[in-house]
Amino acid sequence: MKGERIKIGLLCLLLVLIDLITTSVARTYYLTQLTMSLYYTLVVLGLVLLMGYAGQISLGHAGFFAIGGYTTAVLSTYNLLKYKDSAVVKVSSELGLLTLRENLYGEQILSFHPWIGVLLSLVIAATVAYLIGIPVLKLKGHYLAMATLGFGIIVYRIVLGTPIFGEADGVSDVPPFVILPGLSISGQMDERRANYYIASLLVVVVVYLMTNLINSRVGRALRAIHGAEDAAESAGVDTAEYKLKVFVMSAVIAALAGAFLTHFNGGIGPSEASVMKSVRYVAIVAAGGMASIWGGLTMAMLLNFLSLRGYFGQYDDAVFGAVLILIMLFAPEGLLRVNPAGLLKNIFKRS
Amino acid sequence: MNIELFFQYIAGGITYGFIYAIVAIGFNIIYNTTGIINFAQGEFVMLGSMTAITLNAFLPLPVAIVLSVLITMLVGAVIEILFFRWLESPTVLRMIIITIGLSIIIREIALAIWGVNVRALPYFTGNEVSSVSFWGVHISPQVLWVIGVCSMMVLALQLFFKYSRFGRQMRACADNREAARLCGINTKNMVTLSFVLSAGMGATAGCVVSPITYSQYNMGVPLAIKGFTVAILGGLGNSLAAVAGGLILGILESLSVWIMPSAYKDAIAISILLLILFFRPRGLFGRKEDLREF
Amino acid sequence: MALLSAKGLNMSFGGLKALKDVSFSVEPGTIKALIGPNGAGKTTLFNLISGYLKPNSGVIVFDGRQIQGLPPHRIASYGIARTFQHIRLFPGMTVLENVMLGLHTHTRSGFLSSMLRLPRTRNEERFVREEAMQVLKMMGIEDLADREATRLAYGQQRIVEIARALAQKPKLLLLDEPAAGLNIRETRQMGILIHQIRQSGVTVFIVEHDMSLVMEISDEVMVLSYGEKIAEDHPLAIQKNEEVIKVYLGEEDAQN
Repeated sequence: MKGERIKIGLLCLLLVLIDLITTSVARTYYLTQLTMSLYYTLVVLGLVLLMGYAGQISLGHAGFFAIGGYTTAVLSTYNLLKYKDSAVVKVSSELGLLTLRENLYGEQILSFHPWIGVLLSLVIAATVAYLIGIPVLKLKGHYLAMATLGFGIIVYRIVLGTPIFGEADGVSDVPPFVILPGLSISGQMDERRANYYIASLLVVVVVYLMTNLINSRVGRALRAIHGAEDAAESAGVDTAEYKLKVFVMSAVIAALAGAFLTHFNGGIGPSEASVMKSVRYVAIVAAGGMASIWGGLTMAMLLNFLSLRGYFGQYDDAVFGAVLILIMLFAPEGLLRVNPAGLLKNIFKRS
Repeated sequence: MNIELFFQYIAGGITYGFIYAIVAIGFNIIYNTTGIINFAQGEFVMLGSMTAITLNAFLPLPVAIVLSVLITMLVGAVIEILFFRWLESPTVLRMIIITIGLSIIIREIALAIWGVNVRALPYFTGNEVSSVSFWGVHISPQVLWVIGVCSMMVLALQLFFKYSRFGRQMRACADNREAARLCGINTKNMVTLSFVLSAGMGATAGCVVSPITYSQYNMGVPLAIKGFTVAILGGLGNSLAAVAGGLILGILESLSVWIMPSAYKDAIAISILLLILFFRPRGLFGRKEDLREF
Repeated sequence: MALLSAKGLNMSFGGLKALKDVSFSVEPGTIKALIGPNGAGKTTLFNLISGYLKPNSGVIVFDGRQIQGLPPHRIASYGIARTFQHIRLFPGMTVLENVMLGLHTHTRSGFLSSMLRLPRTRNEERFVREEAMQVLKMMGIEDLADREATRLAYGQQRIVEIARALAQKPKLLLLDEPAAGLNIRETRQMGILIHQIRQSGVTVFIVEHDMSLVMEISDEVMVLSYGEKIAEDHPLAIQKNEEVIKVYLGEEDAQN
């Protein structure tokens, strides 16, 4: 545990250092992509817990990210003014759940407060994950992969084909999420550094909670499920319940990331729900070494940042496809655990 | 509902159904010898039709098709040799991820070669307006080509597995790999052969269906999902059941246009997939004991 | 009253009847052995008791409770622990961690309290560690505590698996061929260990092929053949039972 604490301390230090360096050399625009990478890192961390520790693959996690993002996007942009006399809107207004603001074109918009949007997005993601998790997690191997893939595609089709989700255009003009007066999630220039620290804080908290979890009774049970499910059952572990809880937890983390990033970007589009996004998360988890929080964290920051900065150009998807294949062929334990000499020896021995 | 239109839709459903069945059989062949579900199966269909279209620009149609099927088979062999042959007892998760990665790479390469344009092979006989009439139902001759070629393939495959030496060896591998190996069968070559076979079948199906459905670099993924649905619907590993499953899905999809917007057509396959996975993972025609734990 | 009793158990896979109308009981504080030729249904019976399979018909009563068809983790929490014919240890976990998992049913920390590392959770973790260490000491393998369990020698892995089962503090311990793959010396030690386990108050039900071990340690022996119980008696009586001899000699003949 002590080692983990030190690592978390170093992570905090590094995150602060990055801010100080980028600010001092006047490259704060890097912070925008770093913030986005941090949110995607959250999704990866949840998936590390699900894939690496509980041993359950999910090819549909972009679906949960999208559920989070779209829920808060729609709730905080859908104009309720024309329904202002309906009972639901009146009650909501009485309870202080609504806000009135003016959009870019000076139009009055009455909508739900982002707090409601974000909280509801977490509740919806948890509910959906719970409901589909019960049947899905009974499946194994290819069946589980296909079922989660199917879930992801259904979410994608729904957001792509439904007018309220903006179809191919997605939802835009999502207002900032004012957490406290003076502190809000938004893409505005003067809030760049604050937003970088909000995202950093979220990542650090999740890493802290996850390291605690893994080194506990629950973490042991999860690793046992991954290693030998039948033996874990006979030792009294309710494997179905544990898998379901981890699935729901990782879905909620993904939805949280989706909701925050949507407010940060001011919008969300259907590509966030695409299969390729889900595959990308899996690729990063694999590159990080599956059961490694720190590996997943490193790879998620690195690959997402490079991708967002456009280093992969038009080969973005191809890069992640290649990462998947190469990692699984040559380094199924993850990039950070590769022993180059041994690997070379292996390759030569085989050929 | 117009009865003639109804049969028209049925015919369309059968056309798609056969293609799904061929993709499903492609899944089955590789699954039987290796235990892998090849997520890149749909990519073989895409490669076959796109290559044929390119070759058809300067070669006669039959030659272009035969060449493209051969090329796709070669690709299948190369994939097996490069990515699977030398792995020692890899986990299911590892293999799933490799085939997913392959499907992405093949798609991206196709995008780089052919771009996003939608293309098509010419109709084998006649053109898009010619039709054959059966009891008042008008059907494009290409539909007959699809049905004919695909049924021939299924039949040939059955005969191959039953009577040819290679076919029997492959079945032996599927039953018990270790025993087959001890009997002197080169199981590794059988696995390569299974990739070649399913690549060839996929490519052939891609060619015959191209005039009707058109081809694009990203046609593989939906086909793979529907093919997998069909493979599961029939019971994984069973080729004749896959044909039945394919026809069921094809016709259901085709008729669904009556009750819901066609944008949600894909959702039918996925809903069926999820329902089957949740409630009857051994498939409609499979027995409980047939379901391998994996 | 019997600790474990079963009545009229039937189990079939497809057309194959694995168990036919099997009834028996295990008295508390005894060692009972289950023998029979390969394919007699021994492991099937164990899987029914521990909840991996659901009988087609029949009743299993453990400690006054009907348990047939309950999920394995529930049955484990009632006080039945088991080992597997093919050793099932958790890869990537140390011997100590493997044994700590045995205490799962005796601890409570959930997701939330584990993530927050509440004081109660920390106390519980310390308790689990000490208890597990205690079990390792009892088995004489405390020096292996920090080794990765699946990398140990085969005989040691067997011991670790039993240690994990004992950490569950079971009333009944099911051992599925504990001596399989062990050499003569290790087998004798296994016999002594099983005796000690019984001495500590745990009832033992064991499937074993090594006849000398079975005859030496067990209080009662039950014989299955093709899914049917053909005998249940004291070891000496079993050795003289004609039907049992026929079954075993028949098997020998078939092998020759």
